[in-house]
Amino acid sequence: MAVTSPPLDLKGHDQENYLNWAYGVKSWLLTTDHKRIAILYLISVTFFFFLGSLAAFVLRIDLMTPQADLMTSDNYNRSFTIHGVIMVFLFLIPAIPGVFGNFLLPIMIGAKDLAFPKINLGSWYVYIISGMFIIAVVLWGGVDTGWTFYTPYSTTYANSAVVLTVVGVFLVGFSSIMTALNFIVTIHKMRAPGLTWFRLPLFIWAMYATSIIIMLGTPVLSATLILVGLERILGMGIFNPALGGDPVLFQHLFWFYSHPAVYIMVLPAMGVASELITCFSRKRVFGYKFIAMSSMAIALIGFLVWGHHMFVSGQSVYAGIVFSLLTFAVAIPSAIKVFNWTATLYKGTIHLQTPMFYVLGFIGLFTIGGLTGLFLGALATDVHVHDTYFVVAHFHYVMVGATVMAYLGALHFWWPKMTGRMYPEALGILSAVIIFIGFNLTFMPQFIMGYVGMPRRYHVYPDEFQALHVASTLGSTVLGIGYILPLCYLIWSLRFGKEAGPNPWGAVGLEWTTSSPPIHTNFEVTPVVTTEAYDYENLEEEV
Amino acid sequence: MAHGESSLVAPYFRDIEQQRETNTLGMWVFLVTEVMLFGGIFMAYAVYFYNYPEAFGEAGRELDIVLSSVNTFVLLCSSLTMALAVWACQSNKQKLLVIFLTSTLVLGSIFLGIKGFEYYEKYEKALIPGINWHYEGEFPDEAQIFFSLYFAATGLHATHMIIGGTVLAIITMKAMRGFYSAVNFDTIEIMGLYWHFVDIAWVFIFPLFYLIERY
Repeated sequence: MAVTSPPLDLKGHDQENYLNWAYGVKSWLLTTDHKRIAILYLISVTFFFFLGSLAAFVLRIDLMTPQADLMTSDNYNRSFTIHGVIMVFLFLIPAIPGVFGNFLLPIMIGAKDLAFPKINLGSWYVYIISGMFIIAVVLWGGVDTGWTFYTPYSTTYANSAVVLTVVGVFLVGFSSIMTALNFIVTIHKMRAPGLTWFRLPLFIWAMYATSIIIMLGTPVLSATLILVGLERILGMGIFNPALGGDPVLFQHLFWFYSHPAVYIMVLPAMGVASELITCFSRKRVFGYKFIAMSSMAIALIGFLVWGHHMFVSGQSVYAGIVFSLLTFAVAIPSAIKVFNWTATLYKGTIHLQTPMFYVLGFIGLFTIGGLTGLFLGALATDVHVHDTYFVVAHFHYVMVGATVMAYLGALHFWWPKMTGRMYPEALGILSAVIIFIGFNLTFMPQFIMGYVGMPRRYHVYPDEFQALHVASTLGSTVLGIGYILPLCYLIWSLRFGKEAGPNPWGAVGLEWTTSSPPIHTNFEVTPVVTTEAYDYENLEEEV
Repeated sequence: MAHGESSLVAPYFRDIEQQRETNTLGMWVFLVTEVMLFGGIFMAYAVYFYNYPEAFGEAGRELDIVLSSVNTFVLLCSSLTMALAVWACQSNKQKLLVIFLTSTLVLGSIFLGIKGFEYYEKYEKALIPGINWHYEGEFPDEAQIFFSLYFAATGLHATHMIIGGTVLAIITMKAMRGFYSAVNFDTIEIMGLYWHFVDIAWVFIFPLFYLIERY
């Protein structure tokens, strides 16, 4: 084993762990234990995921027919806005860092907790308050600006709850910053003895890169939202062209955060993929340093590509050329990762278990999502497909295809660690396959529609698009079933699943050397790390 | 670890050294986010100053150079007393610590008081866009943007002063009870980092808005 730690005391299920360490609502709501905060996040992001999915499903039902028969255009606008706001800010951004980052980061580096446990709890509360603002928006009748709040529509003309939404999004930014600050400081200062930077699991590198993006990007969004708020409430004219303001400046400031935010959503998923692929190939990861550094490269270059959202917004054509070039550059580190994962699979001892199904789906869908991003990064092609379903399909392949697949893969991989229980393997594989099929059925038709000219955000469309829209809606139904299935059997497993034991997958990594679920202080004795990450060759020998 | 220090170390840290380094790094990382927050506003300022230099110069002359210069001096003095407070804590001079913390708090309050008076003046002169706005100059729309950014930047800065001042007041009360010492000075040091940052933010705001057309 890669780690020197005392033999585990495996007395069985009444062993003390973080779940039975203290009881009562108060012991959960006032906890500073990173593992319990992770569970709080798990419950809340799951709630918002299904709420956001519901909004999407309503959209898909309405799009079954070319006419507006389920709702008015105004309500359609409100539905896609709330879908976007909830999914981006309350699910995709906090999901993997909030749940798996919180749960695993201290354990993976051999620490007892994060550097600032109270701030960590605070981040969850701020997240919940922000979520309440967003729910209040829904009850208030919604908001119709799209998740991007483009000015001057959002500041001057929109007749909906813009301010409430802006406050909610402003607050959730604080929540991300608190989490990211904790992660950066913890990774720097609280690693176990012997755990050097290049021995860190790649999930930690991904969390580190993600946190840097959050630290540098989120405050700029906050500043922008302050200006939008001032303009909306007080009638100042910072972005209002009628008063000499520049609405394109808003777009620059907004995308300076919101393009890197795409990497906030996908980098953690990439970290998960690195962990899962090595485990189920029983093989050292191919090109450790390249994967680690490509995360950092994505964090860096990701800040230099925001202008590709504005190719048709009136920015200078020279800026467009530079942004296009940089967009191609940011694809390189992502490609490095995909090649390295594939190379890790090569001649590995492949174990096709549930998390592996999810992560293989992740690689396929991420590759499609990434490559279609290059179409959009090319100036001339973008003019043709800008603001069409091609864009919608592209970012859903990255955010849903990649991030949600990896999130579910992570959930199935670390569920035994978090709860101490196994779920039914056959149902796990079945749900992974259903999600993969349902996802492609939903979004592949959208690529075709977009390419032939179906604009995004319209709910009345020419008849010739109907067949593809119906196919997409059918796909989303399959996808919905695929998402509900894990919800059912994972909850079932809490009570009826068989006990997992400390290391059900035969994985290396510090989190598998402690009991399942881990004890309150994570380890009996602080572990000492003596080898690199993913030392599967030596594990086999010892066994 | 020396005897008596163990009660100061949270259970998830190895020793007081690790705890101190962790806390300090936490504040530095937080200040990075603050730089980006103010940076967003400064970015907007830069774009509009580039577009409307004459209007910004004209509007900038409406601001009160005397009061703001006094305010800059007051704020820089508060940074000095804050730095001295950190030194007093590290050398275990309890009385001096309380004196310097209190002086910082007083100087910070004077700054906010003068700032409030300046805002009042702007209100009287109808120079607050959206609330009370009547501008006689040559470029009313552009001046309106200047003043919007002025209130956004100075308002954000004042909010930071108010939050910092509140925390400083709590720390001062704890210092009066002898809570801090030469082994337990993290909080004072971190408070100092924050206070100096808020000062530096002002050092950028002052020339951008007040001195822009007075060189």
